[in-house]
Amino acid sequence: MKKLALSLTAVAFSISAATTHAGEVEVLHWWTSGGEAASINVLKGLMEEEGHTWKDFAVAGGAGESAMTVLKSRAISGNPPASAQIKGPTIQEWGDLGFLTNLDDVAKAGDWDVVLPQVVSNTMKHEGHYVAAPVNVHRVNWLWANPEVFRKSGASIPTTWKQFISEADKIKAAGFTPLAHGGQAWQDATLFEAIALEKGAKFYNSAFIGLSDDTLRSDEMIDVFRTFKKVRGYVDSGFSGRDWNIATSMVINGDAAMQIMGDWAKGEFTAAGKKAGIDYVCYPAPGTSEMFTFNIDSLAMFKVKGEDNQKAQQDLARLILEPEFQETFNLNKGSIPARLNMSREKFDTCAHSSMDSFLASSTTGNLLPSMAHGMAASSMVQGAIYDVVTNYFNDESMTPEVAVDKLARAVKASM
Amino acid sequence: MKTNAINSEPTNARAGRPARLSLADWMPKIVMAPTVIVTLVCMYGYMIWTAVLSMTNSRMLPSYDFVGLSQYERLFNNDRWIVALTNLGIFGGLFILICLVLGVILAIFLDQKIRSEGAIRTIYLYPMAISFIVTGTAWKWLLNPTNGFEKLMIDMGFTDFTFDWLVNPDKVVYCLVIAAVWQASGFVMALFLAGLRGVDGDLIKAAQLDGANTFTTYRRIILPSLKPVFFSAMVILSHIAIKSFDLVAALTNGGPGYSSDLPANFMYAHTFTRSQIGLGSASAMVMLGCVLAILVPYLYSELRGERNE
Repeated sequence: MKKLALSLTAVAFSISAATTHAGEVEVLHWWTSGGEAASINVLKGLMEEEGHTWKDFAVAGGAGESAMTVLKSRAISGNPPASAQIKGPTIQEWGDLGFLTNLDDVAKAGDWDVVLPQVVSNTMKHEGHYVAAPVNVHRVNWLWANPEVFRKSGASIPTTWKQFISEADKIKAAGFTPLAHGGQAWQDATLFEAIALEKGAKFYNSAFIGLSDDTLRSDEMIDVFRTFKKVRGYVDSGFSGRDWNIATSMVINGDAAMQIMGDWAKGEFTAAGKKAGIDYVCYPAPGTSEMFTFNIDSLAMFKVKGEDNQKAQQDLARLILEPEFQETFNLNKGSIPARLNMSREKFDTCAHSSMDSFLASSTTGNLLPSMAHGMAASSMVQGAIYDVVTNYFNDESMTPEVAVDKLARAVKASM
Repeated sequence: MKTNAINSEPTNARAGRPARLSLADWMPKIVMAPTVIVTLVCMYGYMIWTAVLSMTNSRMLPSYDFVGLSQYERLFNNDRWIVALTNLGIFGGLFILICLVLGVILAIFLDQKIRSEGAIRTIYLYPMAISFIVTGTAWKWLLNPTNGFEKLMIDMGFTDFTFDWLVNPDKVVYCLVIAAVWQASGFVMALFLAGLRGVDGDLIKAAQLDGANTFTTYRRIILPSLKPVFFSAMVILSHIAIKSFDLVAALTNGGPGYSSDLPANFMYAHTFTRSQIGLGSASAMVMLGCVLAILVPYLYSELRGERNE
């Protein structure tokens, strides 16, 4: 009995000894699909090497809608996690409410201002102070294709949306689904955005960032909607409510020829053991080879109590930006590192093309925030656009003119 | 008269010894207090809070800048909300009607003193034990045109067979009705069966002696006497319809587009994911109004009925 009590005390001591040196970080994220989960585990491993405890707080669901709900309820009740996967204008919203902590010390030590492109670092700052750490840069305007299906149906990879339609006809005639698509609002918006992007950076900026009423009602926008409805005809009948990774697996299995989806789709190809350039190919979405719509994932740091936990949190921020994590994470996830000047060796051709395009477009003004992924506008405006786009996509009787009017009115009402 | 006598007895006893308020007198109040407080705060308190929020410009977190009824104005100018309300009308109406009809028919069939009634009753009642999330997911697979019922029929040789309601914006709301009816009609059957068993046997025998056949007996004598059961079933079904959320979330997630949205889904999306707490609260208040529109007449008739007896 005495022996047991002794050993118990010993255990208790060793636990308390361990906790005095190391803190705990709780990280809220929605990286739950195969490739994504493997990516976040890298960070978990690094944190545990530092002696900290990682408390995983994963909330499944595309585009993180459910995760944000959970985060809000936790934050309002005064118990936010140490870190959460929030991005774009949402970082500013949380910053304005005073929930985020200052990361300037870590940023200074790690030279974040130098290693991050300005587009990225600006998004991570609230009122000039770093409050979030970027984990990757996603290119959204990608076309993923199964070359085998193209070969069998005698079609070629389209480079404009007009050509997309004629090639898709061939694929359809050969008995394949031309476009793998999941009918969820954010996926509809991703496709819509890729079509709108063909009209150029000026149009895109004015429509989705400037929210100009004239642009939203313009003939060009009507044309975008018209093409969007045509593309709708090349989707199989079971698309409604399908998850994006299921749509990706249709391309992987050779049931479908193409998918318009951000480069996180590559994670699914990789997880299925496919090789870029052989089993699948990646091209910029039709007509958008000069453009780069970005979606930067970041982990924002919330104010936490306890010195150990704060230390752990700062360590987390530091580790995120270190080349080791940036490389491994992005290799798994399919995206490209947020920091510049990294070794490219291990990345595949799709990632190389993405990196080149990222650098090139940042000088020409063609580097654009993705509307569909919450980088361009507030969640209210984004929601309003989602509603109109998804409703139009699914309503066969709605004309482009009506849709344009609805879009302009919905955006105005949400501001 | 007898009940009155019993009721008046303790009052007299208490009046006889007014000075000594014993623990026994306080006990019921003490025991009830926590639940009363919890109910007042967690039900009515939050209801009032929602009403307050619906008149503010709250966005991501609650704020208290009052803007009058402009959130309600925005709400009724919102296309998606109108779709959700219309869907509630179609879904609620059909769901209640079909459940009642099916429930009554099943109950009457089961009432014919058939063999192994217990087993059959359990089978019909069982869907009620399953959560709407499971029902929704299962029906999502069954109704999906590429791998469900349609594919089965095509594989069986009916190549022209189409059943694409789930992806058709005009028909998707009927998919909700199908799944919900499957879930709830067994429950209505159980309610009516209990009611049927409670009908006085002498009445039925008398009717039969008078030469009424089974159909007439049910139509003229048994069913009219089940009015209270009918009313309870209707109230339960209508509140299931108004608060329906999980079924939509699992079966269609509001899609295609937002054509199968119900008010609860609208409320959730706007309050929690779109940072429009004010607008979401306004929609919640409209839903509360719908519930009250059904409950108040019901409670009124119930309470008045008691007084008459």
